Amino acid sequence: MTELHLTNVSFSYPDGTKALENLTLSVASGERVAIVGQNGAGKTTAVKLMNGLLKPTEGTVLVGDWDTKNHTTAQVSRKVGYVFQNPDDQIFHNDVESEVRFGPKNMGFEPERVDALTTWAMKLCGISEFAEENPYNLPYSVRKFVTIASVLAMDSDIIILDEPTAGQDKIGLQVLGNLLRVLEEKQKSVITITHDMEFVTDYFTRIIVMANRQLVADDNAQKVFYNTEVLERSMLKPPAVAQMAKLLDFSPGILSKQQLIKAILAQRSL
Amino acid sequence: MTAMIDLKNVSYRYPVSDDSVLKNISFSIEKGKFTAIIGNNGSGKTTLCNTIRGFVPHFYKGDLDGEVIIDNTKITDYQLGQLGEKVGYVFQNPFIQVSGVKDNVFEEVAYGLENLGVPVEEIKVRVEEVLKLVKIEYLRDKNPFELSGGQRQRVALASIIVMDPEILVIDEPTSQLDPIGTQQIFEIIRLMKERGKTIVLVEHKMDLIAEYADDLLVMHKGELVMQGPVRDVLADPAFEKYQIQYPHVTEIALQLQKSGIPLSFLPIRDEELAEALNRTGVAVHD
Repeated sequence: MTELHLTNVSFSYPDGTKALENLTLSVASGERVAIVGQNGAGKTTAVKLMNGLLKPTEGTVLVGDWDTKNHTTAQVSRKVGYVFQNPDDQIFHNDVESEVRFGPKNMGFEPERVDALTTWAMKLCGISEFAEENPYNLPYSVRKFVTIASVLAMDSDIIILDEPTAGQDKIGLQVLGNLLRVLEEKQKSVITITHDMEFVTDYFTRIIVMANRQLVADDNAQKVFYNTEVLERSMLKPPAVAQMAKLLDFSPGILSKQQLIKAILAQRSL
Repeated sequence: MTAMIDLKNVSYRYPVSDDSVLKNISFSIEKGKFTAIIGNNGSGKTTLCNTIRGFVPHFYKGDLDGEVIIDNTKITDYQLGQLGEKVGYVFQNPFIQVSGVKDNVFEEVAYGLENLGVPVEEIKVRVEEVLKLVKIEYLRDKNPFELSGGQRQRVALASIIVMDPEILVIDEPTSQLDPIGTQQIFEIIRLMKERGKTIVLVEHKMDLIAEYADDLLVMHKGELVMQGPVRDVLADPAFEKYQIQYPHVTEIALQLQKSGIPLSFLPIRDEELAEALNRTGVAVHD
């Protein structure tokens, strides 16, 4: 069980470009969090700081009781697995199974555990049937699942998914949803960056909104998507259901399809 | 009607593959139409795009049966270079489209025109215009490899639009973009349509397809299973079995219908829901 604490964290690139300013947040062990915000808001920088790929210019990042400044990325990545935004930045094996197996094997796990984790992760990501396939023969969306499986197989306490919903079809989104549920049962913390607000409202209660390199809101979905100031500052589009509810003059708070359908049915029976 | 893209009984098999990825596909796209290809991943959408731009079979080889006719000329009668001028293709993955030979965005966008031998003065004017259109003027001096996924996706689109092809084939141009950036890309595509371009788009975001596209081609396991105007295809009960996302409003409307609420028509855009409900509402009619 590993908690994550970022305290007044800022990050600037060596040329002085600021990428993140004064971020403070904590993720409890087993918690599921979505990070949303425009391109360039600092989301990817924030998560790269969480797994030690970047070290803060100011402030501290604590992974459990480790300050990431005092540990190598290789060490931190045992606790915090990060799935890259671009799968092609990550994949380097000629077949899917070797790609997934590499992580747990490299961690020095017992062979039985490596086998079990590899099989489990491939199954959970819906890629078992592609075990022998070269990842580059697979569509982008499936390659993304190959990279997710590779990180899940490392069995880290904290998992970061950077835009897993990009390019996913309905079936892919269902696989992701199921995966989140399984990880929650296993008490893993999952931090997900996404632009898909429907996916966010379907699977997340805690939402972190970023804009202009800063945290704008850290709250539940209802409060975030019905807070005009937050939406404007972060240039977020609320989920389609919220927009429909507004067009139908329902009082604020409706986010899921089921809530909206219930509200319409209730109105009808008056 | 003038067909700009015409496929007749097209089947295609990649080399060393046993199965056809495209199975007996026939359709015709009129000049100036905006057609969206939808279907779940692995259904053959990208291969279909590659067929329209001649990469199948010119580049990928393999067995192509049937006829692909672009602007009244068989694809086999084109040189790949000629097709490149006629059909602009924006890659699904912006990380691979960037040429790698230019060190700033301005030159990257200009690269295609340079290769076509367009005079330098004209190149400058056209690149300026496109940078503005795609809203990436601020990136002009940046190295293409230092851009974020969303920024690269815009640069990729700009480098194709600047070539001014008659046909634009765009494969998931918004997968890395935030919702507002996505909307902007669709606005740019709309603008291209207003300029008379023929547009073929692969995309999963059904709410935006319903708002912007004219026609749908629905792919399923290599077959073209449905085609027609967006509204007609979505209203056809057969659509449901292909497990493709409906626009969110349509999904809600269909569930309401199942719960016994009559609809005057099937809404495909958010703002239509009230109308679809009110027209049939008890209060309105009784």
